[in-house]
Amino acid sequence: MDSRDPFRHNVLTSGHRACSGCGEAMAARMVTDIIGPDAIYINATGCLQVFTTHNQQSSWQAPWIHSVFANAAAVASGVEAALRARGDDTPVIVQAGDGGTFDIGLQCLSGMIERGHDVLFVCYDNEAYMNTGVQRSSSTPHAVRTTTSPPGRLSEGKHHLKKDMISIIAAHQMPYAATATVAYFPDLKAKVEKAMSIKGPRFLQVLSPCPLGWDHDAAQTIQVSRLAVETGLFPLLELEHGAVTGVMHLAQQRPVEDYFRLQGRFKHLFGSKGGIAEIRHLQALADARIQRYGLLDTTTDWNTDTASQVQRHGRGGYSLDRQEDSQ
Amino acid sequence: MRQQLEGSRAVAEAVQRCRPQVVAAYPITPQTHIIEHLAQMVADGELASEFVSVESEFAAASVVLGAVATGSRAFTASASQGLLLMTEVLFNIAGLRLPVVMVCANRAVGAPINIFSDHQDSMALRDAGWIQLYVESNQEAVDTVIQAYRIAETCELPVMICMDGFFLTHTFEPVDVPEQEAVDAFLPDFHFARTLDPAQPMTLGGGSEPDNYQEYRHAQHQAMVSAADEIDNINTEFTQSFGRDYGGLIDHYQLEEAEVVLVTLGSVMGAVKDVVDSLRGQGQSVGALRLRCFRPFPATHLVAALRNTRRIVVLEKAFSVGADGIVATELRAALHNAGVAIPVESFIGGLGGRDLTLSLIEEVFRAASAEPSANCRFAGLNSLPDDIPIIEET
Repeated sequence: MDSRDPFRHNVLTSGHRACSGCGEAMAARMVTDIIGPDAIYINATGCLQVFTTHNQQSSWQAPWIHSVFANAAAVASGVEAALRARGDDTPVIVQAGDGGTFDIGLQCLSGMIERGHDVLFVCYDNEAYMNTGVQRSSSTPHAVRTTTSPPGRLSEGKHHLKKDMISIIAAHQMPYAATATVAYFPDLKAKVEKAMSIKGPRFLQVLSPCPLGWDHDAAQTIQVSRLAVETGLFPLLELEHGAVTGVMHLAQQRPVEDYFRLQGRFKHLFGSKGGIAEIRHLQALADARIQRYGLLDTTTDWNTDTASQVQRHGRGGYSLDRQEDSQ
Repeated sequence: MRQQLEGSRAVAEAVQRCRPQVVAAYPITPQTHIIEHLAQMVADGELASEFVSVESEFAAASVVLGAVATGSRAFTASASQGLLLMTEVLFNIAGLRLPVVMVCANRAVGAPINIFSDHQDSMALRDAGWIQLYVESNQEAVDTVIQAYRIAETCELPVMICMDGFFLTHTFEPVDVPEQEAVDAFLPDFHFARTLDPAQPMTLGGGSEPDNYQEYRHAQHQAMVSAADEIDNINTEFTQSFGRDYGGLIDHYQLEEAEVVLVTLGSVMGAVKDVVDSLRGQGQSVGALRLRCFRPFPATHLVAALRNTRRIVVLEKAFSVGADGIVATELRAALHNAGVAIPVESFIGGLGGRDLTLSLIEEVFRAASAEPSANCRFAGLNSLPDDIPIIEET
């Protein structure tokens, strides 16, 4: 605990260089505060690494290592193997952006999960390469303006869909995966705590708005991320062993336009014929997600029993209860 | 006790005696037998180690990086395409000053794809900040693995043991793998000062800027330069404990009063020694020098060993395309800096597993005695009409 604040660990302490309103700084502060300093943190290259470790200064009050962009999950595998070799159960946490998760880091992440390493991988998803100046990633949603998916005479922004990362993760049938966002702290906290109670590979995708890249008011980070959920564009999910075991239901669905109007990255869609068609397309995508996950149904009965039957045991395996430890 | 062992098996047993807690492995010919033997040792309970079968060499290098940063001794091995896939991480390991030890089972680099041995893979990584030790025999490979952990952990620098693929990795030779107690006495437990530990939190791998990056790089260079003495000392200490001596940084044969000296690296030294014997038998004063340690480059040792000779020929299994032989170029610079004017002729050969035969090596010696040439020459080119000499001017 930090002596100045008995209720906080301050693993990520003040003095770092994040932009005002940075969703990733907020998310990382929340996540690492819940996990605490008795863990080893591995960071991929990206904004979080850059703004927290500048020139012989560090904002981290926990053991922290950064190697290169693509290998955070593999470095974590090595850290975990070293700890396992000496019977040390210090938690191992990876923090990466969407580039380090969806794109360049995907192979190492998939390998880490497949081998059953006892690691929590946290992706702070801000839907583009923000550190290098807002270039599109495979996490960037359809039709969004970035510097490498610019709208122009022949284009309405990014041509491709946002990669469905949580489904790729789900296909690994790992013990626990969830999506969360900075707008719902109690939900994020519950998911981090649940993840920390489980042994084996775990994954958390935290939508983290970027005022610079999304071109929204720095004071509206929370509002923007709440609208991503309320429109159905970013469903809040929990998955166990590949099966959906929980969703955050919506009291009512908000139109995607409400979300887009707060952000400059969608601005080009308003006022052009092609743009209006793109908005309709994105609305249809949101509707499909709402339907897929039953976000407006109040009686969804998720079959958690089936999911929990798929436990793996033995060396390199994992069980639901962290306390049980592996054999 | 001397046993008839395959090179890969011998190396695996040496690694086992060094007690790595983490082994990361991704298969690539001709390195595979090393990691297969280690996997079997772990499966049989003969090696208490976490064996991490990764999805790429990039991940293998990253796993040993993470393991060593967490205070564990670790091992990996690779070659060729795999080594190049590791490149980004290998530079990073060196910059983080992590004492990782790996074996490179030297293999040619594609295209065209070729699984056989030359030194282009490890030579391409000469600027990565790794100590590179090239071995001549399987016995030396075994002993160098044991020395490498001492060197790495003393200097906080990574060490790459370069052994010729197939020529060594797949060849059976009589080898004495030291007893566990003897290795334990030579190689103390690993204690890493910058371990990732919640009790003493540290930030590793943070950002730097123009006002201090150069100082980090300078410190890395200084550490590498100072490592030369440690490599020498550890070799001496090893000789005292185990009775075998590899000369530390350089090894030589019949150098006394040699007028022509052939400089090379790796397993071809065995054949070179035979040629030296044969030429000496014919009354020619020739000798040979083997560069055991290529990084740090032992410039002063080389100059001291070679300054009384008249002609030097370098025969190497790698080159810088469009430039020259790599060792030849560096050796010329070392001699020039020391004010020693001895012509150094550059021969490239043995690429992609091509045999460097006794007659070819003899041809190289003979060509060196003729008119000096400023260009590098390829020894043993055969895709040419039969009437063209085997040593071809480029």
